[in-house]
Amino acid sequence: MVDRPAVAAAFLAFIAIGELVRLRLPGDREAAPIGAAGALAYCLLPQIGSSPARHSPAQVVLVTALGMVLGVLPHVWVGRGPGVLYVLRRLVVIGTAAVVFRPMAGHRVGPLLAAAMVAVVIGVAALDAVLAALVRARQLRAPLRPALRDEFAGVLGIGSAIGATGMLIALAVGVMNLWAIPVFCAPLLLTQFSIRRFTAIRATYRQTVRSLSRTTELGGYTPPGHARRVSDLSLAVGRELGLGEADLLDLEYAALMHDLGQLSLDVPMHGGATIYVDPGEQRRLAEEGAKVVRATGVPAAVAEIVERQAEPYRRPHEAIDPTLPIGARILKVANAFDDLAGDAPERDAALSALERLRHGMAYDYDPRVIEVLSGVVGRGG
Amino acid sequence: MNPLSRPARVYIAAVLLVAVTAAAGVVHTRPDLSTLLLIGVLFAVLDPLSTVSLGRGITLSASFPVSLAAAILLGPCGAALVSLGSLAWQPARPPWPKRVFNAAELAVAAAAAGAVYRALGGEAVLRAADFPMVLPVVALAALAHSAVNAGLVAGVLRLAEGVPLRRGLRSTLSSGLAGYLLYGLFGLLMAVLWSSPVGAFAALLVLLPLLVARWAFEQYAAEREAYERTVRALVATVEAKDPYTRGHSERVALGVELIGRQVGLPEQRTELLRFAGMLHDMGKVGVRTALLRKGGGLSGAEFAEIAQHPGRGVEMVRDIAFLHEALSGIAHHHERLDGRGYPDGLAGEQIPYFARVIAVADAFDAMTTTRAYRRARGISEAIGELRDGAGTQFEPALVEAFVAAVGAHGWEPGEAIAQIPVGPVLFDHDDPVGAGERG
Repeated sequence: MVDRPAVAAAFLAFIAIGELVRLRLPGDREAAPIGAAGALAYCLLPQIGSSPARHSPAQVVLVTALGMVLGVLPHVWVGRGPGVLYVLRRLVVIGTAAVVFRPMAGHRVGPLLAAAMVAVVIGVAALDAVLAALVRARQLRAPLRPALRDEFAGVLGIGSAIGATGMLIALAVGVMNLWAIPVFCAPLLLTQFSIRRFTAIRATYRQTVRSLSRTTELGGYTPPGHARRVSDLSLAVGRELGLGEADLLDLEYAALMHDLGQLSLDVPMHGGATIYVDPGEQRRLAEEGAKVVRATGVPAAVAEIVERQAEPYRRPHEAIDPTLPIGARILKVANAFDDLAGDAPERDAALSALERLRHGMAYDYDPRVIEVLSGVVGRGG
Repeated sequence: MNPLSRPARVYIAAVLLVAVTAAAGVVHTRPDLSTLLLIGVLFAVLDPLSTVSLGRGITLSASFPVSLAAAILLGPCGAALVSLGSLAWQPARPPWPKRVFNAAELAVAAAAAGAVYRALGGEAVLRAADFPMVLPVVALAALAHSAVNAGLVAGVLRLAEGVPLRRGLRSTLSSGLAGYLLYGLFGLLMAVLWSSPVGAFAALLVLLPLLVARWAFEQYAAEREAYERTVRALVATVEAKDPYTRGHSERVALGVELIGRQVGLPEQRTELLRFAGMLHDMGKVGVRTALLRKGGGLSGAEFAEIAQHPGRGVEMVRDIAFLHEALSGIAHHHERLDGRGYPDGLAGEQIPYFARVIAVADAFDAMTTTRAYRRARGISEAIGELRDGAGTQFEPALVEAFVAAVGAHGWEPGEAIAQIPVGPVLFDHDDPVGAGERG
């Protein structure tokens, strides 16, 4: 039996609306902060007005599921619905929270109950992060550890706001009935608004760097699509090598801008492929590029990757330089591969390019990077 | 506020006196001591956090909601006392007059909010039955807070810095109404939970989303700034191909921004216009360096190559989604009102608005900087040329807007380049006068 159908319906509507106004976080993550907070609030609800709330864990999951489906449908309709895995993850998380918390919900509202709420919220937030990391690592073919780190970093930001709002609404419904729902959404709406703007500027930033990286192509300095391909390859390799999101973004920017140094040349060099130029000139161009990158607003790490892209992986009879950033090693390999294989590499061209890189492997290129690149190229991505 | 005039000092002292008097009222109203202390501490901790601007005229302060919660929970006198408490600790150590005024001014505003709230029948302890009637009461209290705050700040700006009263009022009021209603709501939420069995802990939960929002906005602001720098640097790199146009894009961006403000474009469009101005010549990277530096007359083929640069620029930045409207501005910034421009020979209203704006600033900057074949013209001479071209090349209203804006804000022309190769000539793709002589 459904306990207090009116309250259940109110929360269902709340969750549906929250799903409707969902947003995408940086890193292409699905998020519906308001929907999540609503589900959490319904799960934690100790009383309504002054009488205790007695709904079962099953009812919590049911209301959440129905709300999510209602809110997600319009998105599916226009073709940008979230994945099934996302919906399942949210239901598993809320179900766990409900099973743990509902039996305690009857206790007197006070510091003890509040502490229990905090513990449950923190616990399920961690569970959510772990599940999300598992899914993500699998989808992106990336190692688990960096994925976990990225997800937990996300929990600190918007996650804490969702948890806090869920608790707030649950507690406030005891004081002011269902009025609490719209009124207490305000803080979270503000959070969502601010995060949306951040995500928007991030996206614009990426689009802009991607676009402006084409200056060298339009100027005839590099072959069409070179920067873009090198960046895609570098990202694929970097992800498999276990770089976190922040490092990947740096690598992406560096790869997109790695040829800017060539703009310092009055006349474009033949084909724009730095691999055919002597090492001294390669280094000079890399330094010119780093100078430009340093003047931009991207993190200092990006300029370092650009600057050191021409450095060999190791020199004869010398130890490997530990300060050479992994990004620079990846960029060097991806760049050389694209110089050799060129646009739309046919299988033979790709294979012979890899072969040539392997010859230079002992000194110029990081063997681990080449190994991963072979895998990436072999899969055709 | 250095050195303070006598009237300003008297004014600050008067505000302080009102604040202290209001705060002293606690002796009679006797609010709950632990609530007073906790809220006081909360306010003092949050007050030094700077206000973050959310754009579109909304600002976000972490301490104002606490101030409004104090007004609800403690009444006017307690709220005033809480604000004055922030005098004790200010890690940034602002100069004393500023510190005193800020605290006193906030105290008076909080007292006003508390007085309005109580006068309209608002209770310190809120129950379910009080909803939704308490909502408009809290909104009015928040508005009282904002009005008093704006009035007092406008007053001190007038006395200490000579800012006209009306302008001071407008800038503080318009930047905050929406924000204030939000603060009112946050204050209400804190107050509601404060008097519930969960107490102060729940009030902290209200602040968490607020602080996360604040953090996200700071990130946003930092990212935005980095973004601007990046665009600038990349544009500058392309410009470096031709020393005579160094800084051109940035000055055009400034010029179109001046025009946008002068004609009263909304903030967002002005912003977009600025980026369009910044990126309008990116397509030049596809034009041979030698051609850009060429001092002599251009052949038909050479001109055709130059005429491609707006299109190439658009091609380059087309994928930047937010630039959408700006793209047509970049594509057509060399059209003329009389239809004799390029690349499409559009005339009059056919020319996109952004393109018409960019054309004015672009031509003006070209005329006022030194180019390969001639010295820069003076500002007044260049303005004369713009006016001559109004109606044929430029839209007259935009020319006048630009002239008015330059009159008001001044104009810093590009720096002169010492060595000027002498040569007869005669084409500058940006210069309206040079363009006329193309033969």
